Amino acid sequence: MTGMRRKPASTVSMDPAPEQLPLPARPVSQPVEPPLAALLELTHRCPLQCPYCSNPLELERVQSELSTEEWCRTISELAMLGALQVHFSGGEPTVRQDLVDLVRHARDVGFYTNLITSGAAITRQRFLALIDAGLDHVQISFQDAEPNSAVRISHVPNIQEKKLTFASWVRESGTPLTVNAVIHRQNIEHIDAMIELAVSLHANRLEVAHVQYYGWALANRAALMPSRAQLDFVTERVTEARERYRGKLVIDYVVPDYYAHQPKACMGGWGRQFLNITPSGKVLPCHAAETIPGMQFASVREQSLADIWAHGEAFQRFRGTDWMPEPCRSCDQREIDWGGCRCQALAITGNAAAADPACAKSDWHAAMQEIAATAVDAPSLPDFRYRRMGAGKH
Amino acid sequence: MGLPAETRPKLARGIRLQFDAARDQWILQAPERVLVLDEIAAEVLQRCTGEADITAIIASLAAAFDAEPGEIAADVDELLTGLIEKRIIAT
Repeated sequence: MTGMRRKPASTVSMDPAPEQLPLPARPVSQPVEPPLAALLELTHRCPLQCPYCSNPLELERVQSELSTEEWCRTISELAMLGALQVHFSGGEPTVRQDLVDLVRHARDVGFYTNLITSGAAITRQRFLALIDAGLDHVQISFQDAEPNSAVRISHVPNIQEKKLTFASWVRESGTPLTVNAVIHRQNIEHIDAMIELAVSLHANRLEVAHVQYYGWALANRAALMPSRAQLDFVTERVTEARERYRGKLVIDYVVPDYYAHQPKACMGGWGRQFLNITPSGKVLPCHAAETIPGMQFASVREQSLADIWAHGEAFQRFRGTDWMPEPCRSCDQREIDWGGCRCQALAITGNAAAADPACAKSDWHAAMQEIAATAVDAPSLPDFRYRRMGAGKH
Repeated sequence: MGLPAETRPKLARGIRLQFDAARDQWILQAPERVLVLDEIAAEVLQRCTGEADITAIIASLAAAFDAEPGEIAADVDELLTGLIEKRIIAT
């Protein structure tokens, strides 16, 4: 699991030119659209300790993880529900010894399968078994293009070597590759090298992903927040590279929330397209939803996914527009951004039902900008608080 | 017209064309994306097998829809050029 906000599979119209096709908005009382995609956090175990990990501070332990049978049943239920893609993530999903079986099962029930990995915990033989099982796509996260910096951020010796070796296996297999470059204050100036890295690995796609501040990243915000000048630099470099590599490398890039004026449709709208399943089987509308106090999350161990998706309290809570207070309620963007990110609203305002402070209409917008400015202007850079089992407790 | 007539387009590796029964529509499955196809795009992409060239694809569509090839050519070119740029169609 990387530090970016997981985007759901997006829908686009093909006529005449591909563009975002908003699904029809429906009041909560009407039948709920089936999800497009699910992020399966198979495990929270991971050899890396990235300080921006989007896993919760309270990591789930191996004893609580779903069994192979439970994951297979869950994947079958997802297919019945109408989901089209599954993203195998974590933690590091390749530490699950049954990953090959899970990928094969997902293909058998019709899914497009995606592996989101550090690439640092798998042998060539097991990777080839995944391809043999029908894996469709691989996303590798990179901490930096500069090896020493990648070691410092991941806290794993020789991390770059391992990743580059893994990426070469992906390339040899012909499997499409996305490079996920997570950028922040301490590596953002290496953007050109990260773009060149993606090109040299023959990646189809590069996600230049600004850290999103919840989970571990929120705990490390002061060490990670880029300055406005850094942001402008990276935006300019990405714009230039998009032109230079047109038709060769697709670069996904969005301005980070702390410097934005319009919120993003987090998860494509709460409970609209996407769900997240934790290692122990809790079903979440987004991977940070557990930060919201007082919310009950049903488990695939106790309830059917169809029931959880359609009626689960957590999914109904912010689904649609009925829950919205002002300024969202009367805003003409309410079915475009769906109020933005609930977890970010909570983190900044203390109220998960408030407008996302990334929005210029939010009363907290200036406060959010002030948080970024304070972090950037601090006289010294705080040490990273690395992601480790047990290190999330205050 | 941008694409040479002898181009033989096909779905790129990792792209799947399928009918989405839950939503009653044709889609392209792509890395971390689902592209919803309208009727015409679905017809075009079903012909992108790597065997037929652009001329043959246009002729086949013209026959199927009882249309002039000239009317179809620009739409096909625009659709495929966009998808090649996104690395969804390979040539």
